[in-house]
Amino acid sequence: MTRQIKFIQGNEACVEGALYAGLDFFAGYPITPSTEIAEHLSRRLPQQGGKFIQMEDEIASMCAIIGASLTGKKVLTATSGPGFSLKQEALGYAVMAEIPCVIVNVQRGGPSTGVPTHVSQGDVMQARWGTHGDHSIVALTASNHQDVFAMTVEAFNIAETYRTPVILLFDEVVGHMRERLEIPEKGEIPLVERLRTAVQGGVDYHPYLPREDGRLPMSDFGDVHRYNVTGLVHDMWGFPSDNPKIVHGLLRHLVDKIENNASQMAHYKTFYLEDAETVLLSFGSAARSALHVVEHLRPRGEKIGLLELQTLWPFPADVVQQYCNSARTTVVVEMNMGQVCQMVKTTVRHPERVFLANRIDGVFITDADIRNVLRLIEGKGV
Amino acid sequence: MAVNDYIRQRFFPHLWCSGCGHGIVLNGLIRSVEKLGMSRNEMVMVSGIGCSSRISGYMDFHTLHTIHGRALAFATGVKLSKPELNVIVPMGDGDALSIGGNHFIHAARRNIDITAIVMNNRIYGMTGGQYSPLSGPGVMATTAPYSNIDQGFDVVEMAKAAGATFVARTTAYHVQQMADIIRAAILHEGFSVVEVMSQCPTYFGRKNKQGGAVEMMKRMKESTTPIGSKAKAEHPELIERGIFVQTDKPEYCSEYDRIIERAMGGV
Repeated sequence: MTRQIKFIQGNEACVEGALYAGLDFFAGYPITPSTEIAEHLSRRLPQQGGKFIQMEDEIASMCAIIGASLTGKKVLTATSGPGFSLKQEALGYAVMAEIPCVIVNVQRGGPSTGVPTHVSQGDVMQARWGTHGDHSIVALTASNHQDVFAMTVEAFNIAETYRTPVILLFDEVVGHMRERLEIPEKGEIPLVERLRTAVQGGVDYHPYLPREDGRLPMSDFGDVHRYNVTGLVHDMWGFPSDNPKIVHGLLRHLVDKIENNASQMAHYKTFYLEDAETVLLSFGSAARSALHVVEHLRPRGEKIGLLELQTLWPFPADVVQQYCNSARTTVVVEMNMGQVCQMVKTTVRHPERVFLANRIDGVFITDADIRNVLRLIEGKGV
Repeated sequence: MAVNDYIRQRFFPHLWCSGCGHGIVLNGLIRSVEKLGMSRNEMVMVSGIGCSSRISGYMDFHTLHTIHGRALAFATGVKLSKPELNVIVPMGDGDALSIGGNHFIHAARRNIDITAIVMNNRIYGMTGGQYSPLSGPGVMATTAPYSNIDQGFDVVEMAKAAGATFVARTTAYHVQQMADIIRAAILHEGFSVVEVMSQCPTYFGRKNKQGGAVEMMKRMKESTTPIGSKAKAEHPELIERGIFVQTDKPEYCSEYDRIIERAMGGV
């Protein structure tokens, strides 16, 4: 079999990735600029026996995928800023109840209705802290369609491995831009399937007791194990508890299972970093312009490189330190007011050497925008 | 199977106040399921937040205790992804029709095969006695110290208007009727709504000088009448109970199966 090649939008690349990963169930609500994901899945899912439902609102969509995940399905919802805000309570429920699910946020300008049809990367911190209470979260991103595909598959793999919601933080430019996607053959990218318990019916099953390797085998609703799922702090059977030891233990477990595996989840790309004195650090569509700058300045003898983050949460601190600690200058390129830049500053050895090159006007950041900031940093004026 | 086999006995005694009507609803529910002889493994109970929602923890089904108002949205995901499961959604009046009002009308509109039980005690009990959209004008509550001016919903009229294909009302006093109605609701293929008038002596009763549980239940007996009774003609203020709607309309999951057939056949 030859690989299928398509010329499509980023939102469609996400759909292809989700279907490759084995998506069974999608619930969503129309919102720009993510609607194409719902449109394509409404056609594609039933063709292979999957289910699509357009719910009455964003909240209901998030709730419906959690319900469907509990019957053993791989599930997805897609939205943008305002919808992402509405989903936050149920997202926290998925964190607490440890429900594998994937949430796409194709970012647009905010706050509020903002600039619905234009690009932004302003939801980085909302992805991290949007739901209430201490918790950890996984958020992945991508700058081109091949990576959108790969990160979507990875999101499902992480969701199943760690029994956790995973956020795909794309943006309007990547979502709507058309470019080539080469769909890998079946089996080329390994898939993680739902880990189901081997405990027989009639024997006590503990849905919230991690195995030695940290994974928590599940049992589908409808199978022999009848257990309780709740957003309350719960014991290993899933029943509510306010015992301080259980409260503490559960919170630690929810945070540790993500943070202790941060290095396994750290996806990134490096370009010309071996001898780079100036490191551009970027992600999503902004990384395309950053790469443009690097490829423009390298032939002119400038020691500049790019670190492109694909995992935003858990924040890949080790990777950032490795490439930025020894750099003369680190310039974070992003389309927000410095949400990742702040994280980099708190991570590296010399925060005073970290600068921000950004745009917040709904217009895609260009290589000229970034070069202007570089000239300012070097005292050359604009 | 014995009635006791349907409950998780280690969680008893339950957390409801003495005199609360919700335990009677639990009783009626278990008796209806027991009569149907359904396997516990095919039963899923999805609930929201509030006194009513704690009913799920006591049932030995697959139980999903969710967030406030959203039980029907979670239940829609469960049912559509695995239609062979029987899904029952007990909710309180605030849970179902205030914060969850949108999900309530849309689940009814879709006619998805879920049994919704609205345990209506006309008050927010878990938070200590605030007025709900079912309290109605003149009711006293901790957030209506000068009496409530909000008009109330009628659960039955609301469910009918939204398109539910099975709509019924009963009370915690009429426990035999309750078990029969819940049984019929579970058997009905489509979205079923059962309003169970329930008493909250702790907050509603105390705030509104309606006495204890016995007096409140007596009031339910006296203020209700079977649908279309002679008493209703003579006393129009009486609240009717019984099955108001029981009709056949295409059920959502069955319709979706036809979508799959169409999509696979390329028609």
